[in-house]
Amino acid sequence: MKDLLFIREVLIPPLLEGLAVTIKLIFFSIPFGLLAGMIIATGRVYGNRMISFLCRAYVIVFKGTPLLMLLFLIYFGLPSLGISFQPFTAAVIGFVICNGAYNSEYIRGALLSVRTGQLMAAEALGMTRGQAVINIILPQAMRRALPGISNEIIYLIKYSSLAYMLTCIELTGAGKIVASRYFKFTLVFLVVGVFYLCLVTIAGRILGFLEKKLQIPGLIK
Amino acid sequence: MAGEIILKVRDIHKSYGSTEVLRGISFDVQKGETKVFIGSSGTGKSTLLRCINQLTVPDRGQVWLHGEEVTHSGKEINRLRQKIGMVFQNFNLFDHLTARKNVEVALIKVRKMNRKEAGDKAMEELVRVGLEDKADLYPAELSGGQAQRVSIARALAMDPDVMLFDEPTSALDPELTGEVLQVMKDLAQNGMTMLVVTHEMGFACSVANEIIFMEKGEILESGSPSELICNPRYDRTKQFLNKLGELYGDIGRQR
Ligand SMILES: Nc1ncnc2c1ncn2[C@@H]1O[C@H](COP(=O)(O)OP(=O)(O)OP(=O)(O)O)[C@@H](O)[C@H]1O
Ligand SMILES: [Mg+2]
Repeated sequence: MKDLLFIREVLIPPLLEGLAVTIKLIFFSIPFGLLAGMIIATGRVYGNRMISFLCRAYVIVFKGTPLLMLLFLIYFGLPSLGISFQPFTAAVIGFVICNGAYNSEYIRGALLSVRTGQLMAAEALGMTRGQAVINIILPQAMRRALPGISNEIIYLIKYSSLAYMLTCIELTGAGKIVASRYFKFTLVFLVVGVFYLCLVTIAGRILGFLEKKLQIPGLIK
Repeated sequence: MAGEIILKVRDIHKSYGSTEVLRGISFDVQKGETKVFIGSSGTGKSTLLRCINQLTVPDRGQVWLHGEEVTHSGKEINRLRQKIGMVFQNFNLFDHLTARKNVEVALIKVRKMNRKEAGDKAMEELVRVGLEDKADLYPAELSGGQAQRVSIARALAMDPDVMLFDEPTSALDPELTGEVLQVMKDLAQNGMTMLVVTHEMGFACSVANEIIFMEKGEILESGSPSELICNPRYDRTKQFLNKLGELYGDIGRQR
């Protein structure tokens, strides 16, 4: 009973504030992560040798290093070069870089799976290579990459908690503050866990709906 | 027919690695003419058509459309390609777009028409191939014959001066080839200039002004349907025609 009161009166209000920050982090990271993924993947598949190499290097570097290290570099390291960001901005930049690298892998595979005949047909109609990729190939590739991208978005929701390490107080950070003050780690983080579970479930539903909605009629995968 | 020459092909050569696929192909195409290309598999018929609109860049030789060079045209190629419609064996429709959008998309993105104008034009072309009632279906919901007719409409929408057909019916069940050939016949009768790779000799006999027999990357012989079919000059041509006869039934009867 005492616990319920604690949850309602002491824990929930700061957690809701933290949740708002978490949602904002995700909300800003998803579109830019998608865009980054599309650009990197397209560069790898359709770019010239130089661009293709750079895009591949990007993926190798950011898939191969811990996100937390990247966040520290952006937030604590870059100021020594005269570039400094707010904690929130630094976190979003880190998430976008990381999410973009992973997304690009799914999108690259999907780009390669669209039949090249369609590219030929588009070019035969007078489209430039760029127009053909943007209007014909990418829209199909994005649909095929969506299940993979959905997974990455779920991961993103969970690793957004790392923003707390940059003093950006989101859901986990808000929980940590309450837990430390009242010394109720188990209870607090169980509730925080339920919050994440809800977020992930809702996101999963939305993405599932989107996948259905974007399915091309008559096409069997 | 002594019309104006709209397409000139001169001495086209193309090799892949050490295999010479095209070994000096030249011909002229007059306005409103239909030329049919035949020849055994691997003689470079598809490669030749792709060289005409530069989807494949030839190693040597030139192509002119209305006196303008298509080869070595740099960025102009995108404008020139609009004037050269192409229809593929596998249709190559855009899978994520409805029939109407398939026809529309290049009008909007390439010709910069507004949506309304492009939509109307697309409908017009679909009517022309008899598919106005399928406008809102996706490629995967169409039969092969319908899909190929959409792809013809898509090419026609750009108002091309010449149409290239690469075995447009060979991926179709026999009962579906007829509807596609009928569309092509109508086109020819309405004065479209066409280059057609096909082994449908019935079509070739009734529509072609000239049949060109290709062998090992060269034009072995060419002539009007009656000349080439009844009086082939080379044994090789005779053999090939006999083989076609065995595969597709007696050519004369199909006329
Ligand atoms: N992109 C390519 N790379 C390498 N070789 C190719 C390529 N395209 C075609 N070839 C080769 O060129 C030769 C001619 O091919 P092409 O498709 O033009 O023949 P075709 O006359 O159209 O034959 P078919 O009747 O089977 O369609 C073939 O030997 C083929 O293997
Ligand atoms: Mg071929």
